[in-house]
Amino acid sequence: MKHPEKQPLLKAQNLHKAYRRGAHRVEVLQGASLCVHPGEFVAVMGQSGSGKSTLLHLLGTLDVPDKGEIYFQGHRVDGLNSRARDRLRNQSIGLVFQFYHLLPELTLLENVLCPLMIRYGYWAYRWRRRQLEQRARELLAQLGLDHRLHHRPQELSGGELQRGAIARALVTEPQLLLADEPTGNLDAQTGQEILRLLSCLHRQQGLTIVMVTHDPQVAAVADRVLQLAQGVLNPLDQKVLWRAAG
Amino acid sequence: MYKYLLCWRYLRARWIALASVVSVTLGVATMIVVNAVMSGFQHEMHMRLKGILGDVIIEARSFDGLPDPDAHLEQIRRQVGQELASATVSVHVPAMLSFQVAGRWITRPVTLIGIDPATCAQTCRFAEYLQHPANRRRVSFRLHEGGYFVRDPEGGPKAGLRRGMELAGWPWRRYRARQQLLAPTPEPEPGDQSSQPQKQLQDGRDLKPVEISAMQLATWGTSAQVALQVYETLLEQLSYEVVESRITEEGGLELLVGPRQEAAAASPEDPFAAAAPQQSDFDPAREQHTGCILGMAIASIRRSDGSEDFLLLPGDDVKLTLPTAGTPPKAVTETFTVVDFYFSKMSEYDSNFVFVPIDKLQQLRGMIDPQSGVRFVSSIQLKLKDPARAQWVRDRLRQVFPARFYVVQTWRDRQGPLLAAVQMETAILNVLLFLIIAVAGFGILAIFFMIVVEKTRDIGILKALGAHSTGILGAFLGYGMALGAVGAGVGLALGLLLVWKLNQVADALGQLTGHRVFDPAIYYFYEIPTRVEPATVAWIVLGALAIAVLASVWPACRAARLRVVETLRYE
Ligand SMILES: Nc1ncnc2c1ncn2[C@@H]1O[C@H](COP(=O)(O)OP(=O)(O)O)[C@@H](O)[C@H]1O
Ligand SMILES: [Mg+2]
Repeated sequence: MKHPEKQPLLKAQNLHKAYRRGAHRVEVLQGASLCVHPGEFVAVMGQSGSGKSTLLHLLGTLDVPDKGEIYFQGHRVDGLNSRARDRLRNQSIGLVFQFYHLLPELTLLENVLCPLMIRYGYWAYRWRRRQLEQRARELLAQLGLDHRLHHRPQELSGGELQRGAIARALVTEPQLLLADEPTGNLDAQTGQEILRLLSCLHRQQGLTIVMVTHDPQVAAVADRVLQLAQGVLNPLDQKVLWRAAG
Repeated sequence: MYKYLLCWRYLRARWIALASVVSVTLGVATMIVVNAVMSGFQHEMHMRLKGILGDVIIEARSFDGLPDPDAHLEQIRRQVGQELASATVSVHVPAMLSFQVAGRWITRPVTLIGIDPATCAQTCRFAEYLQHPANRRRVSFRLHEGGYFVRDPEGGPKAGLRRGMELAGWPWRRYRARQQLLAPTPEPEPGDQSSQPQKQLQDGRDLKPVEISAMQLATWGTSAQVALQVYETLLEQLSYEVVESRITEEGGLELLVGPRQEAAAASPEDPFAAAAPQQSDFDPAREQHTGCILGMAIASIRRSDGSEDFLLLPGDDVKLTLPTAGTPPKAVTETFTVVDFYFSKMSEYDSNFVFVPIDKLQQLRGMIDPQSGVRFVSSIQLKLKDPARAQWVRDRLRQVFPARFYVVQTWRDRQGPLLAAVQMETAILNVLLFLIIAVAGFGILAIFFMIVVEKTRDIGILKALGAHSTGILGAFLGYGMALGAVGAGVGLALGLLLVWKLNQVADALGQLTGHRVFDPAIYYFYEIPTRVEPATVAWIVLGALAIAVLASVWPACRAARLRVVETLRYE
């Protein structure tokens, strides 16, 4: 263990999740466990359909496991009611998706501000508006998007969209960033840019990241890589990974 | 906060959703226009229905009327004096009006009303319907030299010409006297000249139908049976008789009258001879008989362009045959000079009412007790300082005037059935129109479902970012409300604009289709009356908003309940 003295930021134990498809059950997770310490960059690797997204949704409190426990900062979160989970997600967890998922009716800046708008009520938001907008602008400038503030998602390239999505995830200053195949929909070069950005955030700001991917080359950026297979998580040897990455 | 931004953005970005509120817009606009027109009509109707009635009316149950109105008034003052603005008395009696047109006698049933010119004008809307400016200021039964309104002064620029009215007054009377047309050539004929003989008896006598509506009877305060008896008396005087009579379902009276059998056999002698005043020294060119004011529709024929021709003008003489008080009633005939017209645009009134001075009528009918000099009247009309207190005053007076002998009513009680009918019509129409908006609600429902399906992913994203279900619900309800507000707002503007320009629109439609939407010959209006009532408009707009919100409740609930993970998995 890297930080034995510290409490893990995220701990999942023996997660089970099954989907019912018609008559038969699809057992996706069958006792997956993981432990992420603050400041770690963990990658989860697995084939397509192995249940990576399912795992990430459970960790991000978007869904509840059939069995098993999830602890966030030492508190159990899988049993919380929906309102508490919504609040946790809004305040402490940033999510990045393969397909960016920006709202098409809003400009980039508004998209980035969206979690903050959700956090504050109308008057509370108006009250803090300058300060919050300032934060969003700085963040976007940092990600090189300061010339795209008032563009709609359909006017932006894939790389810009994903950087916007990352800005949206970070604007709430979360303790944990969950990324689901963040490069999955990008060409190699832009993918690399995004990966560089993530590891840069990790190194410079000590951001804790859990990223899932099917691509060994992408996974290689992380400090630690776990393999998801047959519904369980196993540590993956760096050498195997390098070999797989070529 | 995001809710408001999203509502706003969705509203701006989704034009298709606005299509769903077009029906709301149209519904609201139609409802506003229809209500404005109905309300305008109703207002006009009310004004016209109120006509010559005071706020509270006290009548005697007896056909002979109530004696000594001054004593009654004294008692009324004691009871409700603080509410009273003014009071007047009147005598109502069915009568036959006969006049000559082109040498032929026309006789028709009318309601003869004796009024006190001084107090009547203060108590009810009487003076404002007269057609000479001086009479509007101060009612008088004297013939004027001229100056009668040649066009309806309330008719606006489209009021039609009243042909011949420029001659009305003394010049006409002098002309008629010179032509010796004022001397009676007795050959009266009951019924309208236009109505053809309907039936012939075996002995070859022509029969004419005469109809007396329930409303007309109501203005006399008599039942159909009493009216029938009175008519028999009157017709006898005119050498006619009632061959057949029928009381209609509405309570009106239908008569078939023909010449009296013995009169038909013998050559008809002058039926007015007995009654005609001995007028050797009467100079019709310089003198007038007692004045009478005719309902204008009795004398005029209205054309569809709004202009009018006249059978009679102020200055002409007419004969009135009326029943005396007492049992059995006898008929008396008297000559009057038409001095003005009464034109309230309420055709029931305008085609039936003839006003004469009350003293003269009381004298003719023998309503003055020869010993004591006590006069009888048919009704006492009260005008209140605050018309809204009418019911209170009525109830108070009912305590003093026993129902066995008196009928105490507000004018609304009196016109109750008609008012209720109009109200009913408005209510039904509103229900139907509101159904249109309800249908629009289903349109919103459908399009909202579409939007929810289309926005499934966005809803998932918002939830992933920490939005709670209630927030999503609020966003979609707000969106529905915003759509409703846009629809109702545009509808409101459109409706008010249409109401404002309604007459121009009606004219344009008329020109386009070659068919007049609004024929002044039928309605006695030159323009479509409209009246926008803020409360009604507010109800319409609120109703439309409520429907829009209701229609979005279901889709919004669905949006709120959507499971997040499924929506995020795929592009
Ligand atoms: N809502 C669902 N209903 C049924 N099966 C599902 C559902 N969601 C995912 N699955 C199945 O679960 C498995 C894991 O899916 P997923 O977590 O998306 O895999 P990955 O992200 O690794 O490609 C897949 O076989 C998928 O078909
Ligand atoms: Mg996946």
